[in-house]
Amino acid sequence: MQENTVSPHHFEECMKCTVCTVYCPVLQVNPLYPGPKQAGPDGERLRLKDPAFFNYALKYCMNCKRCEVACPSGVEVADLIQAARIRYDKKPPKLRDRLLASTDFMGSVARPFAPIVNTVTGLGVAKAAMDGVLKIDHRRTFPKYSGKSFEAWLKRQARAQAAFPEQVAYFHGCYVNYNYPQLGKDLVKVLNALGVGVQLLDREKCCGVALITNGMSKQAAKNARHNVAALRKAAVDGGLKVVSTSSSCTMTLRNEYPALLGVDNADVRDAVTLATRFVFEKLEQGAKLRFKAGYRKKIAYHVPCHMERLGWGVFSEKLLRMIPGVEFTLLDSACCGIAGTYGFKKENYEASQAIGEVLFNRIRAANPDVVACDCETCKWQIEMSTDYPVMNPISILAEAIE
Amino acid sequence: MNTQEFDVIIIGGGITGAGTQRDCAMRGLRTLLIERSDIATGATGRNHGLLHSGARYAVNDPESAAECIRENKILRQIAAQCVEPTDGLFITLPEDDLGYQKTFVEACRRAGIDAEVIDPALARRLEPSVNADLIGAVRVPDGSVDPFRLCAANMLDAKLHGGQVRLQTEVTGFIREGDAIRGVHTRNVRTGQEEDFYAPVTVNACGIWGQRIASLAGVSIGMFPSKGALLIFAHRINNMVINRCRKPANADILVPGETVCVIGTTSTRIPFEECDRVAATPEEVDLLISEGAKLSPALASTRILRAYAGVRPLVSADDDPSGRNISRGIVCLDHEGRDGLKGFITITGGKLMTYRLMAEMATDAVCRKLGVDKRCATATTPLPALIEPSNGKGALICECENVTAGKIAQALDRLEVSTLTDLRRRTRVGMGTCQGGLCACRAADLLAQANGCVERERADLADFMQERWKGNYPIGWGDMLREAEYTQWVYKHVLGL
Repeated sequence: MQENTVSPHHFEECMKCTVCTVYCPVLQVNPLYPGPKQAGPDGERLRLKDPAFFNYALKYCMNCKRCEVACPSGVEVADLIQAARIRYDKKPPKLRDRLLASTDFMGSVARPFAPIVNTVTGLGVAKAAMDGVLKIDHRRTFPKYSGKSFEAWLKRQARAQAAFPEQVAYFHGCYVNYNYPQLGKDLVKVLNALGVGVQLLDREKCCGVALITNGMSKQAAKNARHNVAALRKAAVDGGLKVVSTSSSCTMTLRNEYPALLGVDNADVRDAVTLATRFVFEKLEQGAKLRFKAGYRKKIAYHVPCHMERLGWGVFSEKLLRMIPGVEFTLLDSACCGIAGTYGFKKENYEASQAIGEVLFNRIRAANPDVVACDCETCKWQIEMSTDYPVMNPISILAEAIE
Repeated sequence: MNTQEFDVIIIGGGITGAGTQRDCAMRGLRTLLIERSDIATGATGRNHGLLHSGARYAVNDPESAAECIRENKILRQIAAQCVEPTDGLFITLPEDDLGYQKTFVEACRRAGIDAEVIDPALARRLEPSVNADLIGAVRVPDGSVDPFRLCAANMLDAKLHGGQVRLQTEVTGFIREGDAIRGVHTRNVRTGQEEDFYAPVTVNACGIWGQRIASLAGVSIGMFPSKGALLIFAHRINNMVINRCRKPANADILVPGETVCVIGTTSTRIPFEECDRVAATPEEVDLLISEGAKLSPALASTRILRAYAGVRPLVSADDDPSGRNISRGIVCLDHEGRDGLKGFITITGGKLMTYRLMAEMATDAVCRKLGVDKRCATATTPLPALIEPSNGKGALICECENVTAGKIAQALDRLEVSTLTDLRRRTRVGMGTCQGGLCACRAADLLAQANGCVERERADLADFMQERWKGNYPIGWGDMLREAEYTQWVYKHVLGL
């Protein structure tokens, strides 16, 4: 008799019920993908027998983690698939994938030339060139770069922020720093209103979510070790909570570091939280926000896939419902199809849009003023594919308070 | 020519019988193989699947050891499709006597086995799952072999050489002509149809059941049934065979094979009457887990798929009716010289590893009787592929073991399949983690289409699921039990079986 059995990512706990396969967005549109059950627990047994069973079609996995959310047995299906790619895929990543995944590098190079870069990436001829040479789909709209980084902005505020009685550290991520500092500014506004000052970490690096899915796990692990050291300085030495406005960054910092990159984050994991959860808990503890009188907004909230995996959609939802004057719709959960860099790739474009269509139709049916969501790449996808603007719940909150 | 007449009839569809039929057929004889259930149902399919280097026998039984290493090298050549050349380790643990290692290595070398003492640190690197406390390690040319495929490949090659096969056919008696066996009475166990077959020589290759067949022919052989229990773990822990470097004992061999690994065995004398219904007991399961964990600690916390038991066909030497002097070696009896019964040969004892040699000895005896002068070529002629790679396509039927509709179609076409259990032995369908939960009903559909009878297939499906449960029952806990509950829900409550 055995008291307890263990296996990597719990793959032996799979009961073959196949519910993950039903919930996989990719399998609905791409017959080349073997599906989460076969690519995950089934494939793991075969790969242990012979690495030749590794199937390159595993690259079609978006790492959305919906299989893990669906699994009634706690099998980390997507982790199994990504871990197999890390272990067995020996092909070096393409230049295109390197460029797409290096959000940090691209941001720091593009930011000083933001107006030029933004103009060029918007030009048809440039899109055609990127499509032809790099296989980045020409139908894709590129995120704009900001001329000034968020880090530079916050550094100028350092003294004012330090004056607040309570402090948090902010893991802003590449998107806020290089593309959309306004989200970071919105967070500062909300947290300041709660009496909380915002600090930077000691030089954060990209969380690595895109590096993992683009075959650059070594670089991802390097970033992870750097970030965990920075988080430790803030959370363990400084006793601070670390908030993030991106559901994917949060999921990566908390879950992917130990599960896929072998980087131990046990002492900092609990300190890392999502901004909406932090704010919600503050309000639960009795903190008050002063909302604008006469604020009116019809909001449809989309729970991003990685937010589903965290199980924290409820915090953003409750916060939004709290705002006086908000007419709130919770969209039935569905993947938008972009999955970070996945939808940018020419070979995935059709699948990406086909996956998103379910969500796009739900948004159209809800017909809101704005779609709320905690993920930057969902925002690009929904704004490109529908006529609706997308805002992070924190930005909506910032707009709604005095 | 009357098709009921042959040069030789072989009774028993285990590896010995199938190997003997192949050898006889390759020497130009008209052969018939008769098996009362399916191929590889006895000891052939109920062992480790270990491609012995012979090292295990080197100290106590140098003759068997030398036979093993010769056959080991031959099987790598002729049955590459069924063999995995994994290599093996003989490890010494702190509680074992490291002095035995020297005796062991010397004995191996005398037997012609390439045994190399390696640093424990190297052993840990070569096989990360090995008990890290080991104080000594010897590397030997062990491997794993798929006994089901090996048996099926021998049967297929015999058929390709004109041999005929009657499965599900029981020998009910012998046709005698004075002091000679001239044929057999048979009965099909499914249809009840009775048939007689004639041949100047009959070979008894029934393993432990050879005693019963011999007594049917009026001669007596003293068999000593020895039960061995084994456990199948749900995935591969190790990629090299791991043995204990000490005198052979319980649960001291861990063999990786296909998608799983197998720990065994035990050794218990059982009464002859129990041979048809052996099963692993809870005590044996506990012993296998606790002893197995000494070879590879991960076994203590790795999901188990099945528990099963087989019966070794041990034979007492002829001059020792007490049975004390039991040999594990090959026993080939020509009953003409021994008992004055002409046309009857018994081939038994031995082991999976030496089946080809046993077949050669039996066939030599047959040829002597028939006056055929043709040399054995089985040691140099490769066995045919069971499934052509080009036929591996089609929808996936068994997801755990990666069995496609194409593979099943080919098995149905040429590998003598009449039930789902037969199909499992040919293709591994239903051998994976779900134990048929997802694939059995799909495979049953293909079988029903091939046989044109849905009702019969329904009963077959129920039998198959019951047989799967039999191996799950002794290890009914944890994930396996959850899975069994789920499977029962699907088959009983959804499919109404």
